[in-house]
Amino acid sequence: MPMAADDIAKLIKDAIPDAEVEIVDLAGDGDHYKAVITSASFAGMPRVKQHQKVYAALGGRMGGELHALALETRTPAG
Amino acid sequence: MTDQTVLDEIKEVVTSNDVVLFMKGTPTFPQCGFSSVTSRVLDHLGVNYVAVNVLEDNAVREGIKVYSDWPTIPQLYVKGEFVGGCDIVKEMFETGELKSYLSEKGVLESAA
Repeated sequence: MPMAADDIAKLIKDAIPDAEVEIVDLAGDGDHYKAVITSASFAGMPRVKQHQKVYAALGGRMGGELHALALETRTPAG
Repeated sequence: MTDQTVLDEIKEVVTSNDVVLFMKGTPTFPQCGFSSVTSRVLDHLGVNYVAVNVLEDNAVREGIKVYSDWPTIPQLYVKGEFVGGCDIVKEMFETGELKSYLSEKGVLESAA
């Protein structure tokens, strides 16, 4: 059950209000995405924690519905 | 429901080996693109690591997700510390962080 890119972005923004989210459909099949998330809240966090924060926003869908979501997390202007 | 014995087994593996990669398939025959990329990065850096094929044991496949609080495979452990999955390993490799991290941990022999 693939998710729409807009739905993924909305879940992330709901949980991380200042996040800028860019979703790239890697394979053009609506199933393999890359999400680039920029948020000041990531500052000073190890990458593992940054990604876990995004996974938490996705509420358990990662690894299930979203089996192929690549993540890239950034802090603004950094 | 994850059995405590599985979590104990995982703990034993990640604490008794310096570098452990939980992956789908083996380094020679990876069965997922993400696992393949991650093992190739480690091979490229010349790290000795133990690969655990989660496809051989569903209890480990589910257990490692609970143990790490991380929903996907592959997962890289160095000296008992969870480093991350494919995206993190790839990004750290590209920026050179992975090499310095592994050197700091003393698991990269050809660090010079």
